[in-house]
Amino acid sequence: MSIAAARAAGNATTTQSRSGSRPKRHYGTHIFLVAMAVMWLIPLGWALYTALRPVASTNEHGYFSVAGDFNFDNFVQAWTQGGFATYFWNSVIITVPSVLLTLFLASLMAFAVSRVNWKFNITLLIMFTAGNLLPPQVLAAPLFEMAKHLEVPYSFSDSGNLLNTYIVVIAIHIAFQMGFCTFVLSNYMKALSADLTEAALVDGAGIWRQYREIIMPLCRPAFAALATLEVIFIYNDYFWPLLFIQSGNRLPITTAINNLQGQFLSNYNLLAAGAVITVIPTLVIYLLLQRQFVAGLTLGSSKG
Amino acid sequence: MSSTAQELIPPEAREPAGPRAAKGGRVRRLSGRDKLVLTLMVGIPTLIELALVWLPTLMSVGLSFTRWNGLDLADIHPAGAENYQFISQDYPPFWPAVQHNMLWLLFLALIATPLGLLLAVLLDQNIRGSKIYQSIFFAPVMLSLALIGIIWQLFYQRDNGLLNFLLGTAGTPHAVDWFGDSSVNIWAAMIAATWRHAGYVMLLYLAGLKGVDPSLKEAAAIDGASAVQTFFRVVFPAMRPINIVIVVITIIESLRAFDVVYVINRGTNGLEMLSALVIQNLVGEGQVIGVGSALAVVLLVISLVPIVFYLSRTFGKENQA
Repeated sequence: MSIAAARAAGNATTTQSRSGSRPKRHYGTHIFLVAMAVMWLIPLGWALYTALRPVASTNEHGYFSVAGDFNFDNFVQAWTQGGFATYFWNSVIITVPSVLLTLFLASLMAFAVSRVNWKFNITLLIMFTAGNLLPPQVLAAPLFEMAKHLEVPYSFSDSGNLLNTYIVVIAIHIAFQMGFCTFVLSNYMKALSADLTEAALVDGAGIWRQYREIIMPLCRPAFAALATLEVIFIYNDYFWPLLFIQSGNRLPITTAINNLQGQFLSNYNLLAAGAVITVIPTLVIYLLLQRQFVAGLTLGSSKG
Repeated sequence: MSSTAQELIPPEAREPAGPRAAKGGRVRRLSGRDKLVLTLMVGIPTLIELALVWLPTLMSVGLSFTRWNGLDLADIHPAGAENYQFISQDYPPFWPAVQHNMLWLLFLALIATPLGLLLAVLLDQNIRGSKIYQSIFFAPVMLSLALIGIIWQLFYQRDNGLLNFLLGTAGTPHAVDWFGDSSVNIWAAMIAATWRHAGYVMLLYLAGLKGVDPSLKEAAAIDGASAVQTFFRVVFPAMRPINIVIVVITIIESLRAFDVVYVINRGTNGLEMLSALVIQNLVGEGQVIGVGSALAVVLLVISLVPIVFYLSRTFGKENQA
């Protein structure tokens, strides 16, 4: 594999450096890429194909066939039977506050460590960045026990503790994602000219005005990229709701799809329809905001 | 700063090149109100980070030396290294899980990551439809690993999955249940994970390749370097910052491998992973918090290797300055 990669990579650079203005035909490359693209599309394509066929058709003709009807009945049935409306709403309840608060808190922290020169800023930045890299399972046991043993009034939570509440899931998302956002935003803010805030300082602007009126507006592109990325990250998170939320009807969609396997027992058409429905929000974001998403990922991998 | 980050910043707001002047002494100019604002700006996020990330991490270490059923705080008993002894000697899934995590890392490092690099290098040329190919390879990165488990389950099933139809074994006794058969399911799961990981690596390397100065390649070609030499001696080393990120992401992804195996069968029967074992000991009947925490600490110690490597590469220079 790696030899093939090396050879192909070598070919690629040759072609590029020698081609100049003359258009070059890359037949071999195209054959390879088409083959890979087809392999890449098969799993999703198969799920979509299965979802579009009524179970009667696949029972009669088998799944590996083209005969029979095609319609959206499975989607309608999965939506009504699977409780998708509830799960999607749960995802919104968790994702929106998590993303907004994460970005707000990370922007405060990033401003303080990148625009103000003081003793512990690198130490704190390291702590935030490292926190985001830990496997979540490392902190699972104590967090679970903390939530279980923290008693709250029954009017606030019907479990009498923080288990089974959205608050605890949102709080963990904020704590975990803040590290990544602080790292990205602080790199971004460091690249902004120091003159901007120096001038404001001469005018007598305090820290809060420098943050609010000078740095924040300039960070809009970074916020757009990070917000897109974080919406996808948190929408796609499977683990934290699995750990903290026990009532099935309070789960967000990504964690709830696990239950669909049991619910739609051996009706693969319905399961496929459920999977496709779950993909739709990410696909919409992907198509509309692909540039922001990609910018966010590459921002995260860069170093200022 | 990568080219992407620079491009996002309007030119008039960019930091001019060269050392920053008048950096020290700014703190002294802060008023009392500014100090209060700064304390809150740093204090609130830091408290959240400490209370919900670092305190639980330390508590995992502490709990790993105790015996506890998770019910009453008064029932926590010191147990010394008992839990570690138990997982290494009397806990059957432990060593398979370590092996599977290693295998997962090797598979991502030797197959998925080079595949992503290869795709990036091919797509970095001015070939027709490059954007379409990129969108296709990148699409799985948008999906959750849990959903990837479900989608591949449809593909891998014994009786109705596409793979057995394509192999001509569907409906015969030779049909393989790719996610159920403990002799093959780890490979099937790693292929599903590759589907996502390669696209991610491709994206990062595409950004990295755009940042490599084309004159480097031209200079190497003039010096008579072959294409392969140019790539491995010039282009690849020039992408060093991205290479470090990719190494760290690959290691951390393999330690975090959880969602796919947990969706398939909760990480049992051939799919044991350290992360899944932690959760099995935590949420199962007869909770054994001590054993789960000992497994979490093993996971923590292994993940500290790439984390420390990454942090020293990223922050090392700034600390010296």
